[in-house]
Amino acid sequence: MDAFTLHTGIAVPLDIPNCDTDQIIPARFLRKPVDDPQYPRFFLADLRFDTDGSEKDFILNEAPFRNASVIVADRNWGCGSSRENAVTAMLKNNVAVVIAPSFGDIHYNNCVKRGLLPVRLSAEECAELRDYLKRNPGTQLTADLDDQVVSGAGNLSYRFEISSSDKQRLLTGLDDVDLTLRYQGDIEAFEKRRETEFDWLS
Amino acid sequence: MGKTLFEKIWDAHVVAQSDDGQALLYIDRMLIHDLHYRRFDALRESGRKVRRPDLLFATPDHSTPTDITRIDQIEDPEMRSTVAGLERNAREFGVTHFPLSDPRHGIVHVVGPEQGITLPGIVHVCGDSHTSTHGALGCISFGIGASEVEHVLVTQTLWQQKPRTMRLNVDGQLGPQVGGKDVIIALIRKISAAGGAGYAIEYAGSAMQAMSMEGRMTVCNMTIEAGARFGIVAPDEETFRYVKGRPYAPSGDKWNTALARWRELPSDPDARFDREVSLDVSRLGPMVTWGNSPEEAVQIDEPIPNPADIDDPDRRAGLSAALEYMDLKAGQMLADVSVDKVFVGACTNSRIEDLRAAAAVAKGRKAQVPTLIVPGSGLVKAQAEAEGLDRIFEEAGMLWRQPGCSMCVAMNGDMLSPGERSASTSNRNFRGRQGPQSRTHLLSPAMAAAASVTGRFADVRELTLANLDQS
Repeated sequence: MDAFTLHTGIAVPLDIPNCDTDQIIPARFLRKPVDDPQYPRFFLADLRFDTDGSEKDFILNEAPFRNASVIVADRNWGCGSSRENAVTAMLKNNVAVVIAPSFGDIHYNNCVKRGLLPVRLSAEECAELRDYLKRNPGTQLTADLDDQVVSGAGNLSYRFEISSSDKQRLLTGLDDVDLTLRYQGDIEAFEKRRETEFDWLS
Repeated sequence: MGKTLFEKIWDAHVVAQSDDGQALLYIDRMLIHDLHYRRFDALRESGRKVRRPDLLFATPDHSTPTDITRIDQIEDPEMRSTVAGLERNAREFGVTHFPLSDPRHGIVHVVGPEQGITLPGIVHVCGDSHTSTHGALGCISFGIGASEVEHVLVTQTLWQQKPRTMRLNVDGQLGPQVGGKDVIIALIRKISAAGGAGYAIEYAGSAMQAMSMEGRMTVCNMTIEAGARFGIVAPDEETFRYVKGRPYAPSGDKWNTALARWRELPSDPDARFDREVSLDVSRLGPMVTWGNSPEEAVQIDEPIPNPADIDDPDRRAGLSAALEYMDLKAGQMLADVSVDKVFVGACTNSRIEDLRAAAAVAKGRKAQVPTLIVPGSGLVKAQAEAEGLDRIFEEAGMLWRQPGCSMCVAMNGDMLSPGERSASTSNRNFRGRQGPQSRTHLLSPAMAAAASVTGRFADVRELTLANLDQS
């Protein structure tokens, strides 16, 4: 995956609490190959498109927000299904950062594993940001992972917390499997121990 | 200080600890369903090998239509290639596989416990959020994403941040026709759909101890709907009775060794939890969700809440939006709302006890709306048929189907039409979950059957029930 250090892009406010991964990508698209040319349209498909494929009245279909690469969401973004396709659908739309008061735990992990930065800010800060973006459509926000700061909305600037392991994973863009294979010796030692300590399982 | 059940299992599985506080956990067993067949393709491309095929178990569920029994009968080419892809890859990589043609196939979260693949004291994962189900047996079991599935295939481990711990004390004696489904919906309403985020939840208390394994699995299943990846119940005699004799469970001397270990698992009396929440369920009635989040629920004899009563403007707006989507009114009683379709099934409620509960209501009555009954596995189906439940359902005009995820997930042919309203024993009432513009109400199998035979959200406590033993 690509390393993430800093990203600047147009930000879109999404006022949808509990926006579950079924909404981010409906289940009927989960079998589609990742190179399907239609993939970008799967993202928030039922909110963005009518059944005949025409565009609905939805903020991502409005001119300044079409090219948004930063999402400012509401509480519990990405709750529900573990489908990593939700991250794929965002990446296919060049979304690089999602800011929300809280995330579904599995979705948060999936974002980190795929190099998309999930930013937790307080509910008040997210509401303030969404409000600013609605009043100033087309505003660009910058997420700086090194400094752990989101800025760009006038004088507003927010520091965010992220675990050091997730931060390192994003900054380096290293493949997790390669990283773990450095622990090969530990895994083998554990498996040997497991044969006696968990002998009832073998 | 003592340890919690969760901590005991966690600590016994730490392979290594990173400098930044993450643990490399050993994964004892992983279940794989059809949607992850491409993870094997990725290994083939990268030249990586599966480390421990002996610890992996696969079965198709999401993409299996419930009106067929063989792969070549699947008309949709995408579904067919997905189910066939899992079979092909399982064979090539030496993974135990229960194919469509095998009576042991079914929903991963039904098959795992049923086969004794899931056991107390182990760490178990699957690329599906409802993997929390298996914690009912007293193990650490959680849902993971596709990248993590691949990581387990190659290394049999996962990097994890240790979650905080929460104990939900469920006390009191449940009333008639009230069970695990009602308990978990009430708990989610209490702590909210995000209340468990970052936590591992241990369900404790007298009501949990008195609950059957099926009921505990229903509770743990919807842990993810409270925002937590992990739900767990201390293993006890009920657990051991359930596990004993299952095909992949220990037997003979190993059984005795396992039993001794398992008895040491429950949380120590002086173990501390980061958060404790209590719920008395003595007066709990059947629960039904009315909105688009599992936290939006009422007891069947309560009115749907009024947004005007909510102080927080954001929540008020959310409530109004859900009412509009669901075509309901503030203050309305669900008992006055009619349903279009009924679904009994899904990893929440497709086990034998669930089917018996639905059959007890259905017996001698007629379905007023199309009703789909979908057993969780081929073995559940066989047992239900041995007990004559299939005849009860068919005489009531209900459809008795082949095992699979069915109408829970709207990607295998079973789904609602736009605007239709379901009474569903599944676990998610999200917008569009059962098909574009579908309207889903979650409830127990008994309440679903009551909705079927009355055509509306009836209080099952007001219906007389058949004694199935006399069938």
